[in-house]
Amino acid sequence: MAASEALSARLAAQPAGPGFDAGRQAAADRLAAMGLPGRRDEYWRWTDPTPFNAETATPAAPGEAEAPLFAEVDSLKVVFVDGVFDAEASDDLAMGGVEISRLAASEPAWATGLYGALEAAGQNPVKRPFAALNTAQASDGLLIRVTAQAEKAINLVYVHKSEVSDPVLHHLIKMEEGAELTILETGPAGARFNKAMEVDVAKGARFHHIRVQGAEQDRRAVTHIFARVAAEALFKSFTLTVNGQLTRNEAYIDMVGDDAVAHIAGAALGDGKDGKFHHDDTVFVTHGALRGESRQVFKKVLKNGALGTFQGKIWVKPGAQKTDGYQISQSLLLDEDSQFLAKPELEIYADDVKCSHGSTTGAIDDTALFYLRSRGVPEEEAKGLLVLSFLADAIDEIEDEALKEEIVARLEDWLARHRS
Amino acid sequence: MLEIKNLHVKLEDEDKVILKGMNLTVETGKVHAIMGPNGSGKSTMSYVLSGRDGYEVTDGSAKLGDTELLDLEPEERAAAGLFLAFQYPVEIPGVGNMTFLRTALNAQRKARGEEELSAGEFLKLVRAKAKTLKIDADMLKRPVNVGFSGGEKKRNEILQMAMLEPKMCILDETDSGLDVDAMRLVADGVNALRSPDRSFLVITHYQRLLDHIKPDVVHIMADGRILQTGGPELALEVEKNGYAEILAAHGLTEAK
Ligand SMILES: Nc1ncnc2c1ncn2[C@@H]1O[C@H](COP(=O)(O)OP(=O)(O)OP(=O)(O)O)[C@@H](O)[C@H]1O
Ligand SMILES: [Mg+2]
Repeated sequence: MAASEALSARLAAQPAGPGFDAGRQAAADRLAAMGLPGRRDEYWRWTDPTPFNAETATPAAPGEAEAPLFAEVDSLKVVFVDGVFDAEASDDLAMGGVEISRLAASEPAWATGLYGALEAAGQNPVKRPFAALNTAQASDGLLIRVTAQAEKAINLVYVHKSEVSDPVLHHLIKMEEGAELTILETGPAGARFNKAMEVDVAKGARFHHIRVQGAEQDRRAVTHIFARVAAEALFKSFTLTVNGQLTRNEAYIDMVGDDAVAHIAGAALGDGKDGKFHHDDTVFVTHGALRGESRQVFKKVLKNGALGTFQGKIWVKPGAQKTDGYQISQSLLLDEDSQFLAKPELEIYADDVKCSHGSTTGAIDDTALFYLRSRGVPEEEAKGLLVLSFLADAIDEIEDEALKEEIVARLEDWLARHRS
Repeated sequence: MLEIKNLHVKLEDEDKVILKGMNLTVETGKVHAIMGPNGSGKSTMSYVLSGRDGYEVTDGSAKLGDTELLDLEPEERAAAGLFLAFQYPVEIPGVGNMTFLRTALNAQRKARGEEELSAGEFLKLVRAKAKTLKIDADMLKRPVNVGFSGGEKKRNEILQMAMLEPKMCILDETDSGLDVDAMRLVADGVNALRSPDRSFLVITHYQRLLDHIKPDVVHIMADGRILQTGGPELALEVEKNGYAEILAAHGLTEAK
């Protein structure tokens, strides 16, 4: 089958949602021009795109329902079941400081030109076909405009029930000057999940994102974050991934205003004993203004043949002086069967910057393990403590203490269930 | 309390024999000191007793009360009442000192079938003990031993000992790297724990520590075994004359 036919077939199997005709058409054109990725694509050399290219999702059994996260957090809950909005289970889409509507139900004027714009900007210098596909096809999602300090967090809950569900969700978030919002995301969403989130952070606005991808074994997901960060604005995103046979999390962060801050962090834990685990973090941070501060902190704990990959770049444009860019990607391999592949990159076209990157692969420190055990801590518990200590830098990127505690509790729970 | 008999230990990965028939008995409630030249096997003995990997016991036994230590996992030895203050305390980035202490204490209590301490009870206890060792709140909050000065690390070992209240305490050169005041703090910490039910084995190179922690018995160790045992005066003699005579009497040279 020729590439264009494969693409047509792929698109035909999954019809586009309503509204945003112009934005969708532009994305469809972009996608037609770039085509779907192949195995020889440089950007996909460690992750096989085949399951995402396939016309339909490979069936995946929904996992057992997990105890809900963030239940104690004051939030506005929005539930999607296999990508379909669940009005019954969701709160009213209304709260102070925020306008919220659904992509499938409305097209507010502020959103028309913005929809797909950040995704389009993020197609350079590397192509992200599944993001273009998402913009073109998304069936639903939220359109969120924040004008002040949001009254509470928005809590997106993705439920997976159908074995063959193939949801495509697209969220568009516009943070007006000085606004502040936290977005929480949890759950596996579907058998094959394609999600994009565009976040436009205006001057002095603050955006926080904490995501927990469902602890379900068979699901596959390809997700994208596109952020544009204006002067003195803050963007912070943390993702926890436990299990999932295939996850590709892409992020493209464009720091366009002076004194912008962007932190993106991830902790992924995979145990191949449960089935295949392949986790890919692909991150691109662009500094285009003065005194920007960016941090990428990615940690992976892998055992029983689990595979983790990281491709991360800091790109400093000419004139982006006094940039402070930091990137670290690390893996803790709990056995010799697991593997971590990393490609850390710096590309710098300004002369007065401070940028550093590092990548390490290591095992549990025997000396530290013995020290803990000599104080009476049982071996597995001691290992758990060391795993948590390994992840600490990533988890510390969560500012809110209560949210951090929930994430740590979830990690501890996973560790307790995955003792060797 | 502690009875080491004919202990032979070699390195697991090499043919190097380190302990060559070590015999040592520490009675309940007593303080014993071990002195001996560098490389004589003092730290190796403490590691083997606490169950560190990498050594192979080829002969002998080590009993804590009626329990054969060498059959137990390190954490079981700790729960049985053994504690080693490390010559080189280990840094654990990312694990808070408090979390570490609380996890250890509660793990031991659990292993012994005792109730775990609540957060409040623990906090009260640790604050009181830390205060007497002049360990401030900041050191308690920081990751275990990370960025601690040499002396702070040693005081942190004694804090752990004070919290865990072991029956048998082995102190491996806890005095090294301590300034005069810190030495006194550590010695006071140890002396406060002295009791008729608790024994100490203090490994040191210097009489100075033994001025503060008065030993009942002093052993001289060299070449993987105890060469000579005596009273406190033995330490003074070594301080004055060195090891040459004692070694020579056993057919060993100083170079060994
Ligand atoms: N893991 C190891 N690999 C190689 N050699 C070792 C190892 N552990 C101990 N040794 C050797 O065994 C001997 C005894 O070492 P040990 O650390 O027990 O001595 P020590 O009496 O504590 O010395 P010091 O007074 O200097 O602390 C030394 O020669 C040392 O080099
Ligand atoms: Mg030593």
